[in-house]
Amino acid sequence: MPDAAVISQIRLFQRTPGVAIVLVLLIGLFGAIAPGFLSAANLANVLVQSTILTMLALPMTLIIMTEGLDLSMGAVLTLTSLCVAIVSLATKSALLGLGAAVLVGAAFGTVNGWLVAIVGIPPFVATLATLGIAQGLSLIMSDGQSVVGIPHSVRDIYSAAVLSVPVPIIIGLASYGVFHGLLYHTRFGTYVFALGGNREALRYAGLSPTRLLIAVYAIGGTMVGVAGLLMTARMNSGHPTAGLGLEFDAIAAVAVGGTSFERGNGWLLGTVLGVIAVGVLRNGLNLVSLPSSIQVASVGALVIVALFLDGFRSRS
Amino acid sequence: MTDLIKETLSPPRSILSQNASQAFYRLLAALLICAALTLLSDSFLSLGNILNVLRQASLTFFIASGLTLVVLTAGLDLSVGANVALSACLAGTVIHQTGSPALGILTGLVVGGVVGFLNGFMVTALRIPSFIATYGMLWVLNGVTYWYMAGETVHGFPAGFRQIGSGYFLGLPVPVYLLLIFLAIGSLFAQRTIWGQEIYAIGANPVAARLSGIPVTRRLLLVYTVSGTMAGIASIIFLARLNSAEADIGESLTLPAIAAVLIGGASLFGGIGTVFGTFIGASILTLVLNGMNLLSISANWQPLVTGIIVIVAVWLDMKTRRSAQ
Repeated sequence: MPDAAVISQIRLFQRTPGVAIVLVLLIGLFGAIAPGFLSAANLANVLVQSTILTMLALPMTLIIMTEGLDLSMGAVLTLTSLCVAIVSLATKSALLGLGAAVLVGAAFGTVNGWLVAIVGIPPFVATLATLGIAQGLSLIMSDGQSVVGIPHSVRDIYSAAVLSVPVPIIIGLASYGVFHGLLYHTRFGTYVFALGGNREALRYAGLSPTRLLIAVYAIGGTMVGVAGLLMTARMNSGHPTAGLGLEFDAIAAVAVGGTSFERGNGWLLGTVLGVIAVGVLRNGLNLVSLPSSIQVASVGALVIVALFLDGFRSRS
Repeated sequence: MTDLIKETLSPPRSILSQNASQAFYRLLAALLICAALTLLSDSFLSLGNILNVLRQASLTFFIASGLTLVVLTAGLDLSVGANVALSACLAGTVIHQTGSPALGILTGLVVGGVVGFLNGFMVTALRIPSFIATYGMLWVLNGVTYWYMAGETVHGFPAGFRQIGSGYFLGLPVPVYLLLIFLAIGSLFAQRTIWGQEIYAIGANPVAARLSGIPVTRRLLLVYTVSGTMAGIASIIFLARLNSAEADIGESLTLPAIAAVLIGGASLFGGIGTVFGTFIGASILTLVLNGMNLLSISANWQPLVTGIIVIVAVWLDMKTRRSAQ
């Protein structure tokens, strides 16, 4: 019975998460064609460089689960990164820089949530508008120039290691732990699932979907604030266009990771695998010396393929 | 069945008068901004500056008019700016290599139209939500354009071609004539043709539209293709006016185009809005940005102000709609 074998193969394919297939294919591809891709140093590099994206993609998963979107993340990341640079330059304190960045990020997240939940503007237009506002503020604050000469205490955050594990990886793992706990082991997490899947049920349970929705966007903004510290530490400067477009990689990671834009189901581990897939794609294309423009186009193509597969699998 | 179609296609009278009063308020707002700028700046009320405003508004209007049709179907096209950049760069290169402006113009229109068609294909055949599909397209186009241009600029085009963007005819800039022509065509198409009315019907109620026999998929493909083609036209005007193009020119075009559509009174939920409204929206936005320029406020403020205008426009729109109900 060759048919049975084929059928079980098909079942295996259907049950294997798409993102795992994508990731294995990408690693196999670049392992074959990109020199030095499979070296331990390079793979560690991919993980370290994925940290900032992880910190955006985790809250983006929650936002997309509520059938929302946050296009402002990249621009707000740029702004919070500049806040870290300017405040730490003025006060010589990384902690005050982080505080300012978190405040600004949380404020933007709250405004996004308010525009979406209370004013009722569709999320992609509301956050496109706040993208413009954040970008404008970055240009005004920096006058279009880089902010350099920031204290070493900021830079050291990115290059330090604890027990020879790089600090960015620890921060990435801790972020995942927090979001995993939040989504799967708290009531708030259950409500987030309900926000996307069955908002009426929340209302019948006497809860306020509006406030929950604002909270989801505010959490996103707060994470972007923390990521701003890492961004500044990584570049050892603040730059008015540093994070622009990173929201696209975050959305790509979430889409590739199997979170649906329409059905309110989310998978955080899938998002992390999606982040790594995007990181592998960019790193591999870099190693075969394709320019960053091709990387951008490839990530765009990856999203469209992932969305197509998502629709295809859910229909079949 | 025909009654059902008629009912779906002809909006009730009250909505028409509401549209008229909304257009009136927007014209009033434009006049108030003009009055304020006349008081604040000596150079605002000169003929040169007014023509300059109209010429600037025409670029935004070309992009926004096609976008209006997409918004009427409750969709969005976030790729228009990136589409202008790619079309302009390819058209510019073709003019350089062949020396023929006609071939360049054709290239711009075809590239824009094909990109728009691909958007429509993703939205209809692949059933990807329009804002995600066109957002993915934005980055694909950005990537292709940056790769193709490799940091270079194409510049220096034949004088005859540049007339399209910077020339004058009977004292008025050529783009203003083009603006009037497309304003007329767009308005007639949307308000006075069956296809146009079907587009309104799709936005107002897609299920009812499909049940009354409107070929929804084909109309949606048409709408996205028109939006892409208008971006192609905008790219030609851009090329002819600035006499150069590089990969990053599209980044500052998308938000203003969306702003013009929304200021013009189109609803993001589909079925409501006019091409004429979008023209007024483009004029209001350009007046504000021109005014900031005259008052020597740094261009760094422009994305911030545009973002705030978008939020205020949508907020006012939703407020009036809620109180009307």
